[in-house]
Amino acid sequence: MLKDKDRIFRNLYGFESPGLKAAQKRGAWDATKKFLTKGRDWVIEEVKSSGLRGRGGAGFPTGLKWSFMPKVSDGRPHYLVVNADESEPGTCKDREIMRHDPHLLIEGCLIAGFAMGSNAGYIYIRGEFIRERETLQAAIDEAYDAKLIGKNNKNGWDFDLYLHHGAGAYICGEETALLESLEGKKGQPRLKPPFPANAGLYGAPTTVNNVESIAVVPDILRRGAGWFSGIGRPNNVGTKLFCISGHVNRPCNVEEEMGIPLKELLDRHAGGVRGGWDNLLAVIPGGSSVRCLPSDTCQNLPMDFDSLSAHKSGLGTAAVIVMDKSTDIIRAIARLSYFYKHESCGQCTPCREGTGWMYRVLDRMARGEAEKREIDMLLEVTYQVEGHTICALGDAAAWPVQGLITHFRHVIEERIDQYSANSKPDGAVREPVAAE
Amino acid sequence: MPKLIIDGTEIEVEDGITLIQACEQASVEIPRFCYHERLSIAGNCRMCLVEVAGMPKPIASCALGVNDLRPGPNGEPPEIHTKSETVKKAREGVMEFLLINHPLDCPICDQGGECDLQDQAMAFGVDGSRFKENKRAVEDKNIGPLIKTIMTRCIHCTRCVRFMTEVAGVSELGMTGRGEDVEITTYLEQGMTSEMSGNVIDLCPVGALTSKPYAFSARPWELRKTESIDVMDAIGANIRVDSRGREIMRFLPRNHDDVNEEWISDKTRFVWDGLRTQRLDQPYIRTRGKLRPATWDEAFAAIAKKIKRGNGKKLAAIAGDLAGAEEMFAMHDLMTSLGSANIDCRQDGAAISPNAGRGSYLFNSGISEIDETDAILLIGCDPRNEAATLNARIRRRWRTGKLRVGLVGQETDLTYEHDYIGAGPDSLKALAQGKHGFTKVLKKAKKPMKVYKPPKTRPEQR
Amino acid sequence: MSVRRVDPVQPESFKFTAANTKWTRDQIKKYPKGKQASAVIPLLWRAQEQHNGWLPEPAIRAVAEMLDMAVIRVLEVATFYTMFNLSPVGKYFVQLCGTTPCWLRGADDLKEVCRRVIGEQNQITEDGMLSWLEVECLGSCTNAPMVQINKDYFEDLTAESFEKLLNDLRQGNEVKPGPQNGRQFSCPEGGPTTLLDGAVTSKPKRSTKSKAAPKRGGK
Repeated sequence: MLKDKDRIFRNLYGFESPGLKAAQKRGAWDATKKFLTKGRDWVIEEVKSSGLRGRGGAGFPTGLKWSFMPKVSDGRPHYLVVNADESEPGTCKDREIMRHDPHLLIEGCLIAGFAMGSNAGYIYIRGEFIRERETLQAAIDEAYDAKLIGKNNKNGWDFDLYLHHGAGAYICGEETALLESLEGKKGQPRLKPPFPANAGLYGAPTTVNNVESIAVVPDILRRGAGWFSGIGRPNNVGTKLFCISGHVNRPCNVEEEMGIPLKELLDRHAGGVRGGWDNLLAVIPGGSSVRCLPSDTCQNLPMDFDSLSAHKSGLGTAAVIVMDKSTDIIRAIARLSYFYKHESCGQCTPCREGTGWMYRVLDRMARGEAEKREIDMLLEVTYQVEGHTICALGDAAAWPVQGLITHFRHVIEERIDQYSANSKPDGAVREPVAAE
Repeated sequence: MPKLIIDGTEIEVEDGITLIQACEQASVEIPRFCYHERLSIAGNCRMCLVEVAGMPKPIASCALGVNDLRPGPNGEPPEIHTKSETVKKAREGVMEFLLINHPLDCPICDQGGECDLQDQAMAFGVDGSRFKENKRAVEDKNIGPLIKTIMTRCIHCTRCVRFMTEVAGVSELGMTGRGEDVEITTYLEQGMTSEMSGNVIDLCPVGALTSKPYAFSARPWELRKTESIDVMDAIGANIRVDSRGREIMRFLPRNHDDVNEEWISDKTRFVWDGLRTQRLDQPYIRTRGKLRPATWDEAFAAIAKKIKRGNGKKLAAIAGDLAGAEEMFAMHDLMTSLGSANIDCRQDGAAISPNAGRGSYLFNSGISEIDETDAILLIGCDPRNEAATLNARIRRRWRTGKLRVGLVGQETDLTYEHDYIGAGPDSLKALAQGKHGFTKVLKKAKKPMKVYKPPKTRPEQR
Repeated sequence: MSVRRVDPVQPESFKFTAANTKWTRDQIKKYPKGKQASAVIPLLWRAQEQHNGWLPEPAIRAVAEMLDMAVIRVLEVATFYTMFNLSPVGKYFVQLCGTTPCWLRGADDLKEVCRRVIGEQNQITEDGMLSWLEVECLGSCTNAPMVQINKDYFEDLTAESFEKLLNDLRQGNEVKPGPQNGRQFSCPEGGPTTLLDGAVTSKPKRSTKSKAAPKRGGK
């Protein structure tokens, strides 16, 4: 278990004020200027050697991402864009940072902006977080008033930070859709290449980072890259905010060390699985987009990027959705499918058409109103979506369904049997449909 | 120049092109719906997926530049597969997705027989559907008298939206909503106003946008296709006349890179109904200032009577704008034999300098030179209405950011920014004397261009 | 999500109040010159706030004009983002999260309460006080099930506490946003398992070396 002294987000639960004074007391804005005097390369090198991997879901090394920004400007400005469009079902960690420890984020923005030669940053917060927006804006205003950011600030790097909000679209959490939205368009992902580091916001070099990735940077610099990389196991280091939701006794957010075993995480912080560990049915370990894992794989499951990918799932945003044995797992996944159908941007064919198809089949399967051969058909449809779309939403929509079929095919089959045994006297499940 | 291996054949292609273009150069056909070489790249239909060796996922070939491909570990050229099992499956998958919510009402669809979706479903799809749910239905939109919409057929390629925004220069079409509920529409179904709007009919790969006047009147395989030149404006757009029996059914553009590219104006496209309805189809004789219908015999008798009576030198003939060269030559011979030299074809009284000859009425630089010019001075003309495809070309050049346009004449919305200099000769004078800022633009320009409409010598009312 | 259209009944016109007009100008200043279209979502949102929680069609045109955008582009934005209500809503607009994490903890019970107390989705109660809509994940999953009412989140609901909340709102009683079971935000119920004994306020120890210390983990 992570020691309290090693925690970064020490006001996670909002027992203290999010304001500047309290934040400074907790260590924010301490020695910021000193880090900037050491130069861009030092900051990037330090973040690289800390082993920090992006906390938004994909786990791309943050320092490496920063190093893609042009070293010298060709006349275009450089932008830092912070992805605070936290919408992945199960995930509610960035919200805590923004409403309880916003100064860590703002300080991180200044440092990241400095490291990538950017004098302006935008934080794109999801539209529903209205109160969080107010708190964060107040904190930004405080930082301006205290001359911590802005033109001619005390820290010696001109940096303007603006808060921008969305209006209800999960897809804007995809970095290029976010940029489109920030430019005042529909949030439809762009084709890559060009990557944002070459042509991002307003066609200028841009780096998009998750809130948590940015907010941990000041503490990494303060305590040293070695401190951060010393937590966890190789390639999966540092502290991480976990969101534990679903069928646990005490759902919560908690900062823990990367790689903490799932069972320990649930037992220690969330009061354990409802009805005891043996009552566990399945876990979605990294937000709705990753494949679920049945209870037998959960016994000794380190919660980090590599071990979860080894199980064909993923750490994602470290949002653990726990389902006990009372769960109708088909319904649970069908509801996620509905989510992806609702949130598909409609731009490219496989996702626009496939998400609706997958949801409708699953919805029937949840009632049992399907045929068994449709299970394989559904699985094939998920593969037809996965990897064929412009952005990763197609993959995200396909994986939960694949997880369901891989691990719970028998449940679907039983449901179908049940339905066909009971529903119609003649035993017909569905009329065959002529080829179209 | 990058080298590629496409389906086992090595090919060297120009810099800066996309993979789909490279495949075309290698004579490999790549199916596509959203991609159009004269529009921006959307990459949304996913039909053009190909396999690039070393990449984990199939790649949209329309969106990837050949320069973005990396050579292999030993410097060997990147390998592209377009006929592999992965590609075949990808195409079949996309095709299936496109068809699950497509109505498949081909027998009553005007696009039938010239439909990209039909053709590509035949070539790259599978024979059945596994989709058992209800199909989506989309409300049709009334977007004016020229374009008919059956929006359930739409596959959301956004070619029409991109054309209107980029080429026609009016943001009238858009895709509203999101996910499977996206819809192509104008703002609250306002009618389209663009003089180029008809081109979306050709661009639409399915039967969602079709020609309203042509609706349900013919099937493409019934039509005789005759290549021709449009006479509705001075551009001479290359067109194809589609006729059935002795009736002309429609006009379509033909590609000519130096003239109209592949666009035509709505005037050109929809003028054919004038060949059929309300057409002047019998002679009239004027007696005491009033026209009365007559037979051809009567008419010729009246003409003969007048010609025989008079002195040839007092005779004159004016040819109409739509008369053919052969007819005009016959007229010329007739007038010469009657002893008259009074022939003309200028009904508007345009002044043509005999010194300049043809040069005084031709577009001397050629239309394609617009692509290289850096300053255009428009004098007394409104290209948007008088030569719509020319205007679209000016707009395209302007969009590159390398063109400044000045206008002398009536101020109007040309679909691109321009410096309005003034309405009369004073403005030209000011320009000549360097009193207007645009003089500098013209002076600095390496390839300036002046476009003007010859003034009329006679007043409109005669 | 279903097809989104502007409401058939629309006001004649829309005009930002003087205070909001000033606010819009400040918003536009956040973005580089010529990039004023970036402000389209904030402006539409402010228009919706000004207009009783729904976005009228004249506001779409007004915003298009203010930002020099084609009106179809603004309509695209207004129909793409689901927080823009294109039809009237109740004075208290309940957005009920129905996505799996909330569903696992009883969102269906809350829906039942909505149906009983308010009616079907998008239907406004006769007194104009309430309407509801099932929405997708609102990002408060550790406090599930939850609803958003206007600007505030109400979390850790039960059917009972939710029904009471709706009645309180209707009757104008004071309500307290946040967890409804006395919990401290997303802290485990009953008290934190971490950050005990004043760890919250102590400053972390600074690294004494400027170079990274030898790695135990890392690559």
